Amino acid sequence: MTMSSSNCKRRIVGAGVAFGALLVSMAAAANPVPWQMNLDKGVTSVSRQIWDLHMAALWVCVALGVIVFGAMFIAIIRFRRSKGAVAETWSHNTLLEIAWTVVPVLILIGLATPATILTREMYNATESQMTIKVTGYQWLWRYDYISYDGKPITKVPTVYSRLAWDSNDARQLDSGINPYSIKGADGSSDYLLNVTHPLVIPAGVKVRFLITGGDVIHGWWVPDFAAKRDAIPGIMNDTWAKVDKPGIYRGQCYVLCGQDHSAMPVVVKVLPRDQFNAWMAAQENAATLDKAARTAEVAPPTPAKG
Amino acid sequence: MTQPDANVYYVPHKSRWPIIATIGMFLFMVGLANWLNGRVTSGQIVFAIGALTIIGMMFGWFGNVIRESLKGTFNAQADTSFRMGMMWFIVSEIFFFAAFFGGLFYIRTFVVPWLGGLGDKGVLTNGYIWQGFSAAWPTNGPEAVGGSFIATSAWGIPLINTLLLLSSSITVTVAHHALRAGNRKRLIGFLGLTILLGATFLGLQAHEYWESYVHLNMTLHSGIYGATFYILTGFHGLHVTLGTIMLCVMWLRCVRGHFSRDHHFAFEAVSWYWHFVDVIWLCLFLFVYIL
Amino acid sequence: MSSTAQAIHHEDHHQSFFERWFMSTNHKDIGTLYLSFSFLMLFVGGSFAMLIRAELFEPGMQLMQPYFFNELTSMHGLVMIFGVIMPSFVGLANWMIPMQIGAPDMALPRLNNLSFWILPFAFVLLLSTFFMPGGAPAAGWTMYPPLVLQGGESIAFMIFAIHLMGISSILGSINIIATILNLRAPGLDLLKMPMFCWSWLITSFLVIAVMPVLAGAVTMMLFDRYFGTNFFNAAAGGDPVMYQHVFWFFGHPEVYIMILPAFGIISEIVPTFSRKPLFGYKAMVYAIACIAFLSFIVWSHHMFTVGMPLGAEVFFMYSTMLIAVPTGVKIFNWVTTMWKGSLSFEVPMLWAIAFIVLFSIGGFSGVMMALVPADFQYNQTYFIVSHFHYVLVGGALFSIIGAVYYWLPKWSGHMYSNFWSKVHFWSSAISVNVLFFPQHFLGLAGMPRRIPDYNVAFTDWNMVSSIGGFWFGATQLIFLGIVIHTVFFSRAKATSRVWEHAYGLEWTLPSPAPHHSFTVPPVVDDSKLAHGDVSH
Ligand code: HEA
Ligand code: HEA
Ligand code: CUA
Ligand SMILES: [Cu+2]
Repeated sequence: MTMSSSNCKRRIVGAGVAFGALLVSMAAAANPVPWQMNLDKGVTSVSRQIWDLHMAALWVCVALGVIVFGAMFIAIIRFRRSKGAVAETWSHNTLLEIAWTVVPVLILIGLATPATILTREMYNATESQMTIKVTGYQWLWRYDYISYDGKPITKVPTVYSRLAWDSNDARQLDSGINPYSIKGADGSSDYLLNVTHPLVIPAGVKVRFLITGGDVIHGWWVPDFAAKRDAIPGIMNDTWAKVDKPGIYRGQCYVLCGQDHSAMPVVVKVLPRDQFNAWMAAQENAATLDKAARTAEVAPPTPAKG
Repeated sequence: MTQPDANVYYVPHKSRWPIIATIGMFLFMVGLANWLNGRVTSGQIVFAIGALTIIGMMFGWFGNVIRESLKGTFNAQADTSFRMGMMWFIVSEIFFFAAFFGGLFYIRTFVVPWLGGLGDKGVLTNGYIWQGFSAAWPTNGPEAVGGSFIATSAWGIPLINTLLLLSSSITVTVAHHALRAGNRKRLIGFLGLTILLGATFLGLQAHEYWESYVHLNMTLHSGIYGATFYILTGFHGLHVTLGTIMLCVMWLRCVRGHFSRDHHFAFEAVSWYWHFVDVIWLCLFLFVYIL
Repeated sequence: MSSTAQAIHHEDHHQSFFERWFMSTNHKDIGTLYLSFSFLMLFVGGSFAMLIRAELFEPGMQLMQPYFFNELTSMHGLVMIFGVIMPSFVGLANWMIPMQIGAPDMALPRLNNLSFWILPFAFVLLLSTFFMPGGAPAAGWTMYPPLVLQGGESIAFMIFAIHLMGISSILGSINIIATILNLRAPGLDLLKMPMFCWSWLITSFLVIAVMPVLAGAVTMMLFDRYFGTNFFNAAAGGDPVMYQHVFWFFGHPEVYIMILPAFGIISEIVPTFSRKPLFGYKAMVYAIACIAFLSFIVWSHHMFTVGMPLGAEVFFMYSTMLIAVPTGVKIFNWVTTMWKGSLSFEVPMLWAIAFIVLFSIGGFSGVMMALVPADFQYNQTYFIVSHFHYVLVGGALFSIIGAVYYWLPKWSGHMYSNFWSKVHFWSSAISVNVLFFPQHFLGLAGMPRRIPDYNVAFTDWNMVSSIGGFWFGATQLIFLGIVIHTVFFSRAKATSRVWEHAYGLEWTLPSPAPHHSFTVPPVVDDSKLAHGDVSH
């Protein structure tokens, strides 16, 4: 029994280490992958710095776990009455107690310092070259292009980004549609992570997102950007991202917003800058040529009283 | 009344009152909930039954304790338990009000300025959602919810009420000293005076509410100002009402001669409670009316 | 102060069933009521969790509509916190505190009965909402407006239920404070009390300070919903986030309300089976006090992503991380108590050891979440779900189960089956990790919490977690069996000391403990204190 109780310790510590080891190998994928165990490094300098901080904190915890559980595990092996251990009677050791008050403080300072610096960077949205307003509704995202390179954007139509219809059909109770059958262009499953119209932004540009809610509180989050803020009705939050790798990035609404909270994904299509400019020009023409495209869009429900 | 045995800590055996109390509370709340949800009559009936049960329970329970106390059941140690009980109950009440004060402070120091465009967050919030709204207090927000209103001035009824409550705190203390000194007439007189002051306070507050509703259009719906104003002053008024009722009970017990110079916990408990509502009012006067 | 309780002798000891259980003023009977009630609620909240895990077993909706899933999640949280963890700690306090300080009973016995009986009624109110138009509350146990205001009739019932629970636990805490401060046996100074009493004394202050704040928060919600106020409506000058600040000012101390008594329990069990005095008794007391104080200035770590000013983010990051220090002191002291002791591993000790490991794991993830930038990636994901189940299940719940195994012989006078109790332990200790450890991975992979359906990439770890969940749940049925067997059928008599090295006043009483613990205040022997002699 004591033998197995030592196994217990070993198993948990072991899990910790194995976990840590696996983390490193897993940290590359862009969208969630089966058996994923760790954060993605992401595609912004902020997301990568967060990843480093996360790993540092994790290893500190693993180390502390090994020390603490290890010590306990040794005690369990060595000081067993069944092995004739006789209890000593001391119950104080001032030096020791001071030590394990001070050392954790130092460790924490070690973690808090980079965290503070990084937090300040995340809060610094100055010199953003593009501004996009993001509004969460039950249950879709609305994107308004505000300005680009200091010039206000007027013609690019508002984007209403709701769950793609194939996912929507499949997610109904007993739909009989296999979620695995919902696949994106690249063949990977995008069930519940695909939308009718993604948000399109340029790569290598510092984009500032102004985030608010239309009815209840939602949360706009793209893990690979480490851009995340609550979308609160009547209050305007902001965050920013400078994506350096073109591609399609997926996230989800992370604040419980009612029945279809699980069905309002965030999909951002990041284009190389020139392609993006072309896309914008096309949008503006389309907007001026036929308004049909816009009126075809489903208008969002009118915001409910908070 | 007989003297308690110093080293018997009285442990009552089975009491029917707690379970009756809970049933009362339950009916009270079930009734209220149904009432709020539009089943008015049925709700009101259950609510009334619950309320009556609670009132009856209080008579029963406290009557029970009073009888025991007159029998000299409670020694000094039991008295201490009661004191601690009342003291910590009042502390919890303070924290109940703290929640509303905290909300008020947060709204006034952060939210309203943000809506009005102060600070980074304010620039965005005001610039993109509430253009043209400028921070002010009192306010009913960018959409002027509840329509334009006038806030009551601190220097009218509120000031009078402050003086009333302050003096009532003094009178109740005088009464207490009289009780200690065994001066019955003084005790009954000043306790009665305290009750009068409390009642007057309530009358004036009722009038103030009426004024606000009818002439100043300052209602529960008057945006955040109306909301914070009525929840704070309202719950305080409720506590004053309870306090006054308790004072009345104490007055009756004094007339009946229930209290001795050194054995009158109930009286002290009520006076503590009275001082507590007084202090809360001072905070209200400062933070809700003056500032 | 000396005190005897002759008054109770004229109580007839053959009361009717109704008199004994519904009109009781006896701390043991009321303690039993509390514990039975929370055990029942564990199964209620647990079955909700089983449904949650079943729906999350694979992608796609198989069992329920999304809205009902949200109802389950919200009610699971509310039931487990207010119906399981808090009442069972109060039940333990009722049973043990008078016995540990040599008191005749709780200081205010009738109030004690009131505190308990409020609870069942509160939960009738809360659970009845499942059958109402609009269904049960479905905005999470945190009940954030504006979403919660969209709920149906249930809102009023939920709010009143919470008022009742608040009253119940406030009255309970007042009683505990009065008992500990006023009814200690002569010579039992505060700093000679068992750690369990200390932990509850400090917890009571937390309860008295924060339950009213929760009441205030939901009262504002009630007014917004039914009386047309605009506390949480920016258009009227209010702010939904104001609710969050008030709620978490309650909410964070609340989580320590759910762990400090656990610290007390572990500090009782570990020295007993290490046959060695608790290491650094005073430091343990100060650590608890320190944690309690800090818990009032960390609440916004639940709101790092709501868009607080930079200064606030940083302040709450520091204050939150600071809590790791006093908590660490406790962990280290327990381990050092075992060091050079003479350890044996009876069932309570096994739960205590598991507690130390699992709680620390939960604590570590807590510290990771305290780092603002990192929390931006963890916030509202399964990483958090994993964190708080490690501290709440592996922490609070494990300590409660350990306490039951530690004191049940004293309560019932019977020993439980050694074999089955060990099966229960090992099955729980393993399955709880299968259940909750993978949720770390899901969170890091980006799976938000409070969702009934997810992308297929999340399937595998969810399956593992669900299997662990059913396993852990089924295992608790063993616990039920053991308790019933010990109380009603077990033949094995328990000695009055029960555990070889168990010290403290409760062990001087026969097992089962007599209906009235100390009618005459006991003589306190400093060399026989629960934590050993502190004089040298
Ligand atoms: C019993 C309940 C309990 C306990 C004890 C804790 C303990 C802690 N919690 Fe936890 N927490 C919850 C219950 C609890 N929590 C719940 C229910 C939620 C979710 C609420 C919701 O949203 O629904 C939550 C959420 C939560 C969040 C919000 C996450 C988010 O929503 O984004 C954060 C962030 O900082 C946090 C931090 C902490 C920290 C730092 C501790 C610390 O107290 C932990 C301290 C312990 C240790 C650190 C381990 C032992 C120490 C050592 C071995 C010493 C050396 C260690 C170091 C130097 C690091 N918790
Ligand atoms: C306080 C204590 C506590 C406890 C003990 C538990 C126990 C459990 N919790 Fe709990 N949980 C919370 C507090 C707690 N939880 C809170 C506060 C939340 C947040 C809610 C919110 O987001 O608002 C939450 C949320 C939560 C979620 C996230 C839901 C979501 O985000 O949508 C999940 C998902 O797996 C979960 C699972 C479990 C499981 C499997 C257990 C198991 O440990 C339960 C084991 C017990 C039993 C199963 C009962 C006994 C056995 C039976 C009933 C017999 C029948 C069983 C079988 C036949 C197998 N919990
Ligand atoms: Cu929108 Cu969750
Ligand atoms: Cu917290």
